[in-house]
Amino acid sequence: MNANANQALLTEHQTESLSNKAFGFWLYLMTDALIFALLFATYVTMFRSTASGPEPSELFDLKHVFLETVCLLLSSITFGFAYLGALGKHRWQSVNWLLVTLILGVTFVYLEVVEFIGLIENGAGPQASGYLSAFFTLVATHGIHVSVGMLGIIIMMFQILNKGLTPSVNSRLFRLGLFWHFLDIVWIGIFSIVYLPVFI
Amino acid sequence: MFGRLTLEALPFYSPIAIAGAVVTFSGFAMVVLLVSWKRQWRYLWFEWLTSVDHKRIGVMYIVLALVMLVRGVIEAVMMRAQQAMALNSEGYLPPEHFEQLFSTHGTIMIFFVAMPFLTGLINVIVPQQLGARDVAFPFMNSVSFWLTAAGAALVAISLVIGRFSTAGWTGYPPYSGIGYSPGVGVDYWIWALLISGVGSTLTGINFIVTTLKCRAPGMSLMKMPMFVWTSFCTSILMAFSFPALTVVAIMLGLDRTLGMHFFTNDMGGNMMNFANLIWIWGHPEVYILVLPAFGVYSEVTAVFSKKRLFGYRSLVYATAAIALLSFTVWLHHFFTMGSSPNVNAVFGIATMIIAVPTGVKIFDWLFTMVRGRITFHPSLLFTIGFILTFVIGGITGVLMAIPPVDYLVHNTTFLVAHFHNMIIPGALFGYFAGVQYWFPKVFGFKLNDFWGKLVFFFWFVGFYLAFMPLYAVGLLGMPRRLVSYTNPDWQPFLITAFCGAGFILAGLCSLFMQFYVSYRDRENNRDLTGDPWDGRTLEWATSSPPAPYNFARIPAVTDVDAFWVMKQNSDLNSEPKPGHYESIVMPKNTGAGVIIGAFSFVLGFAAIWYIWWLAAVATLGAIAMLIIRSCNDHSEDVISSAVVFKTEHDRWLLAQTKGQPACDGKRL
Ligand code: HEM
Ligand SMILES: [Cu+2]
Repeated sequence: MNANANQALLTEHQTESLSNKAFGFWLYLMTDALIFALLFATYVTMFRSTASGPEPSELFDLKHVFLETVCLLLSSITFGFAYLGALGKHRWQSVNWLLVTLILGVTFVYLEVVEFIGLIENGAGPQASGYLSAFFTLVATHGIHVSVGMLGIIIMMFQILNKGLTPSVNSRLFRLGLFWHFLDIVWIGIFSIVYLPVFI
Repeated sequence: MFGRLTLEALPFYSPIAIAGAVVTFSGFAMVVLLVSWKRQWRYLWFEWLTSVDHKRIGVMYIVLALVMLVRGVIEAVMMRAQQAMALNSEGYLPPEHFEQLFSTHGTIMIFFVAMPFLTGLINVIVPQQLGARDVAFPFMNSVSFWLTAAGAALVAISLVIGRFSTAGWTGYPPYSGIGYSPGVGVDYWIWALLISGVGSTLTGINFIVTTLKCRAPGMSLMKMPMFVWTSFCTSILMAFSFPALTVVAIMLGLDRTLGMHFFTNDMGGNMMNFANLIWIWGHPEVYILVLPAFGVYSEVTAVFSKKRLFGYRSLVYATAAIALLSFTVWLHHFFTMGSSPNVNAVFGIATMIIAVPTGVKIFDWLFTMVRGRITFHPSLLFTIGFILTFVIGGITGVLMAIPPVDYLVHNTTFLVAHFHNMIIPGALFGYFAGVQYWFPKVFGFKLNDFWGKLVFFFWFVGFYLAFMPLYAVGLLGMPRRLVSYTNPDWQPFLITAFCGAGFILAGLCSLFMQFYVSYRDRENNRDLTGDPWDGRTLEWATSSPPAPYNFARIPAVTDVDAFWVMKQNSDLNSEPKPGHYESIVMPKNTGAGVIIGAFSFVLGFAAIWYIWWLAAVATLGAIAMLIIRSCNDHSEDVISSAVVFKTEHDRWLLAQTKGQPACDGKRL
């Protein structure tokens, strides 16, 4: 009887701490948003600091960026499906959608790396000017975040299969989802501040 | 294989640096030997290093701060000695070493004395004042601590292997760029700040959640003790200003290692961006340092005047106003760098506005003391010393907020005097007051009063001797950071300042003497009541030292002075009864925090020396540790109600036999 009572206590405590974790994670996202905000601000102030190197208008390929955007936006939707699957206690559905999300994420990062390599080969690497330093740092910071998110997705797939959809697994999945959607929003910022002004 | 790490890294450029390295190394070796000799490794590891108990983490923070304070003060005395003798001569320090001294001194004092000190106090006290059993994220708390320790260790090891930055504590480019500072010094600075800065951000998040989510039932925001309020505002500032430091340090690192052009002189770099980014963090940082001290002063004045805190609401609003305003004035740190007069005027006025809420606070503390029954406990002495001194600092601050005046005294010792005038009484005195005040809570015995008063006396007099001459000599035109000079008018001031530094050193020694004497006589100074000062807030409702779970039963709060009201209304000294307690869930200790800290240290060290394979290994190690930990669902344990009862009853019995009523309120 004692073991049961203890178990109940632990569960109760866990529920409480999961709600704290969700709140804490929101705060973390706000600090992360600040990092991006400062990188954006730096980017904007350095927009003209091209030091007679390549100009923004010579650098980007709209189709490529569009493809990246599609991947990321779709991945946010598929993550949503994965979360819905978890809520409905459909383990495999959840894992499969996570897999799709992962593939979209990998594609996104792959496209980004291709873009970076192309730029560097054309003499427009991060060392070429203050403007390009700011560009690479901002976009790569987002890319690194996406990669961390993908690591999280892999871990969650294992956890769902191994542990099942326990409350703590669900709550981790929820937080990872917040993170993933947050990156989507940051990307929209990048799209409209970094890329769009160059095309219009 | 070893990047740029060669034998040249040993400090043979200056005999004094060698001596420093030897002292650092032997200090470390002595600690290791002592612990081995006393066979205390197991105890140290299982009870302390791996602990996730907020009180123990808090104590470790404060120990770290005190160790670093010793180094910081010694460096200060060394600089003062140099300047006292360097009239028309080189003094005893090579310029290269002097530059490292003011850079390490500033960096250490801000990041590895003040920050851990205030974080430690917050850790020990805030959960108890909230009537909580723990912080919201105990494991993350341990990680934050070990990240801070890793940063401090990087600064410490820079004395033995390689050199530290010579670019001052703010590391302005282009001087800190790779062109002017090609060595490892600036990289040590960057990595120490980066690693400990992440720890501070996490601490901020942790205590925001703790304050908002873990309050005892009945404690509305407007019933939180003042120290909780100031800690809460500090946590908000920490969480939302440290990202700026992270960003600016990373950018400087990218400039240095990958040849980027954020802050370089050519290729489109712009060093004004650095000034902006670092002071977006730096100005709030000043308030991060002083707010917790203000909290301590509020607690101390109320308790040692035996009165309710005067103007509680106005203090809360003033604190919140200061926290908000602190984000809006950063530009006053570079009035002289060519912004337009209008911009300077706006920021000058904004700066002066902060003086208003600060003035409100001073009056509140004074009115709390008026007609109180005052006990001159050392912590109250520090408070009074602070009020007297801080006013001078405030006036010089408002002076400097007038841009034309700032042009006059910019980068002179007047500025050095001003910020020490704010930071030493405004922050450090507060932390000392906190130590004097809460020590018996943490260790179960009181500190020696006589030595405590001596500590205050030396710091107070030393402060005036050390810094008032700097105001004067600054007005005479002496620039800061000067290794030698030719103007004989300055020397008398600098000699006085040196004597002041000696007093301060004596104050520091007295502090350790106080610890020693109090520990030696601890049996006579035991406090079994848990409430030695007739306190008003909930931390005095726990036993001293508190059980791991703080409160056997979570108290119900009806007033700001929650514990005071309880004491008036009921007898808290009845015998604990079995069946009165429930089982309690507490987190288990874990070594994961230590390991993550260790990997971060290795990562920093490897990156500083360009040992890239090692940096990769350390990063992977830290990530792996995080993953393993995040998959763990069994990080908690249950303390059974029987054990809780026995703990409480034993303590009650002990207090009875010693004739001290255990008014510890744990049967609230
Ligand atoms: C304990 C007594 C102290 C003495 C005697 C002292 C002395 C000094 C001296 C001689 C300098 C160099 C001034 C110059 O540039 O000409 C200095 C700089 C500085 N001190 Fe202190 N200090 C003390 C405590 C503190 C404390 C407690 C803090 C902060 C918590 C602090 C923070 C700084 C900073 C930030 C600098 C600027 C470093 C730089 O120039 O980059 N000091 N101090
Ligand atoms: Cu400021």
